[in-house]
Amino acid sequence: MKGTGEKAAEWILRGLAFSALASLLLIAVFIFKEGAPFIFRLGLKDFLLSSDWRPHEGHFGISPMIVASFWVTLGAMLVGAPLGIAGAIFLNEFVPIQVRRIVKPMIELLAGIPSVVFGFIGVMVVAPLIRNHLGGPGLSLLAASLILGIMILPTIISISSDAIASVPRSYREGALALGATRWQSVHMVVLKAARSGIVAGIILGMGRAVGETMAVIMVAGNAVANPRSPLESVRTMTANIAQEMGSATGMHRQALFATGVVLFISIMVLNGLAMAAMKKREVKA
Amino acid sequence: MKPILLSLLGVVVALGSGCGRGPSGQSITVAGSTAFQPFAEKLADQYMQSHPEATITVQGGGSSLGIQSALAGTAQVGMADLVTLPPEASGLTAMVAARDGIAVIVNPLNPLKDLSTGQIRDIFNGKIRNWKDAGGEDRPIRVVSRETGSGTRSSFEDIIGGISLLKESLVQDSNGTIRETVANDRDSIGYLSLGLLNDKVRAVKVDGGVCSDEAILAGHYKLVRPIYLLTQANASGVAADFVAYVLSSLGQDTIRRNGLLPAK
Amino acid sequence: MRLNPKAAQVLAVIVLGGATLLTLAVLVFVIVFVLSKGLPVLNWSFLADSPREMGKLGGIFPTLVGTLILPVAAIAIALPLGVGTAVYLTEYTRPGPATRAIRFGTDCLAGIPSIIFGLFGYIFFVTILHMGWCILSGALTLSIMVLPTIIRTAEEAIKAVPRSYREVSYSLGATRWETVWKAVLPNALPGIVTGVMLSVGRCIGETAAVIFTAGASLRLPHSAFDSVRTMAVHFYILAREGISTENAYGTAAVLVLSILIVNSVSYWMMHRFIAGRSA
Repeated sequence: MKGTGEKAAEWILRGLAFSALASLLLIAVFIFKEGAPFIFRLGLKDFLLSSDWRPHEGHFGISPMIVASFWVTLGAMLVGAPLGIAGAIFLNEFVPIQVRRIVKPMIELLAGIPSVVFGFIGVMVVAPLIRNHLGGPGLSLLAASLILGIMILPTIISISSDAIASVPRSYREGALALGATRWQSVHMVVLKAARSGIVAGIILGMGRAVGETMAVIMVAGNAVANPRSPLESVRTMTANIAQEMGSATGMHRQALFATGVVLFISIMVLNGLAMAAMKKREVKA
Repeated sequence: MKPILLSLLGVVVALGSGCGRGPSGQSITVAGSTAFQPFAEKLADQYMQSHPEATITVQGGGSSLGIQSALAGTAQVGMADLVTLPPEASGLTAMVAARDGIAVIVNPLNPLKDLSTGQIRDIFNGKIRNWKDAGGEDRPIRVVSRETGSGTRSSFEDIIGGISLLKESLVQDSNGTIRETVANDRDSIGYLSLGLLNDKVRAVKVDGGVCSDEAILAGHYKLVRPIYLLTQANASGVAADFVAYVLSSLGQDTIRRNGLLPAK
Repeated sequence: MRLNPKAAQVLAVIVLGGATLLTLAVLVFVIVFVLSKGLPVLNWSFLADSPREMGKLGGIFPTLVGTLILPVAAIAIALPLGVGTAVYLTEYTRPGPATRAIRFGTDCLAGIPSIIFGLFGYIFFVTILHMGWCILSGALTLSIMVLPTIIRTAEEAIKAVPRSYREVSYSLGATRWETVWKAVLPNALPGIVTGVMLSVGRCIGETAAVIFTAGASLRLPHSAFDSVRTMAVHFYILAREGISTENAYGTAAVLVLSILIVNSVSYWMMHRFIAGRSA
């Protein structure tokens, strides 16, 4: 009797253990099933490279959205990565541990602020500033980059900080014993040792920026055009899906799922890169 | 692996079928046009007050979604605000529940008062890009439009005619967000349902016609579209009764009092 | 020109410290902005009344209910799956191709953006399974979204339970499952609860996945098959549609406060847990 119970427990647990993988597969299957046939029917080139998005006239080119997602993510990285890495270095190397113990959780707490709140602040504060001082519609690539850059700060700080903290004390002590200043020990020794962890943090931040939806819809203005300057409005892939999904039918709906397929693949590539970077770090450590 | 997936699916389906939301049940969903949504919410509240046994859930989603979900049965009543219903809607029973004007709006700081159909077409096509070319100040024009699939957008484009939207136009996905965007940016122009016009933005005259209920009833304003309620042909129960309620003098009165035009 | 090391050190401290202060300032600004505009709106009737005219007037009571129900239901689904996975990975199997596949799945799932979860939930639960926009569709979707968090935290918590606990249990003649159930899980509980709290925080703040699956009905739900609107969705709609900026700020204040409280509690627990572990 006891033996059967044990066997049952093991089988049930084994089943449960595959829930995450099964969910992932289920998601992939259904997104691809809805979107992939459309891409092949339309032709990869017409879908990915055409900039003509007029779903009701049968034109489904998403190149402006791909370009927009790229620029918005790059912009967010330009804002978030230097600030985040600087913060992580400062908190680990230049302040007493008591300060870090208070500040780091504070920053991580802020990771929980909902994206709609960030988006709203983008609309109320950032967009008017850009419109009044720099010109353009305000709801723009620049506004989206700034807001997303702030949103990914906690991710970058938290992961880079862990990477820096895991560099053995002896590395720093060695450098300091050789007469290096604190900063020399940081940029010559610590940053080199923590590099792959920091890279992983940046890539995960990129993943978050590529996938962010609500904040971007609110601040980017959603024009389907290749931007000529950061002050122009853009529509990312995520915004395209969320904005038109509600009222899309037929081919149009399939085209939005196909946009989801492209997004899904981009995210998987970024995830893969981040995992590879993490693994490199583990091997080294 | 596979049996687990299947059994998971089984559980979910079993739970799903427990949902007693049949088409003729006491509980219905009304979905579609975001322009009519606030009015539908109000009508549903009133209806439920006199019919405590019924539950009506109102969802937005847009006109196309309204048609699709009425066809699929996800919603028992679809709402669509289109000048011309798409061919797939022919399998549904369509009733005009109300009429709605589309106001062309600018920021209150913009002194411009009047636009012709031709000027509106040129602005939305990107041929006119400065307000001075439409009789206004020397400032750039920023076009704000609704998303593809919006009933307001296709009605607007149908009535104005010959619009191939300027690519740089900002796109917002509801009447409210169009209004907020135009209210925040003094160079912008947009369009929204007359019922949702407020004093944060200003409606311009179109071909000399004021955008108001009186002008529309008198036939002096051209941007008007019908709002349809769509049900499956054999609809009964709460769905049919609710549609009848909306079309009754009580329902039509509520529609009029809240700023839309009655069906007739 | 090359700076001498002393000057470089001073410059580095100024630049890095400045960047850190800027980061903190921006993040503090976000919270102060929301609370300063939102807290004055708050009073009892704002929390306890139902909204009228789509939220222009009245309170936010149904959205509070929605914000409570959806995360609880999502956790109820994700917790057994997540803890079961963690137990299997730590207690029942050795690292191998199967565990690698499971870990890979978990890591990938963690990186998927919420709009993809929303799309999936919409096509699978709402449309294919005919569940419509409802609490159950939303909760199932959210449960997949938080599964990786629960698995990871539970795994860490279980690994942290000392070997000796298990040895004592086995020496008393307990089976593996009895050991897990009576010796390991009770001692891993604080860590598991931390993961739950983090997941609740994520569910409370989620918008994209919720709108597509649970809908946005402002009515109080009567069953798992009714649509609900969470505070995050309500805030989004109020702010976006310009229905009432005042009520939008009020909702945002309650939303941000709830998330800060939930996250603070989970951090506090995590630290106590780590402290207890090293003691």
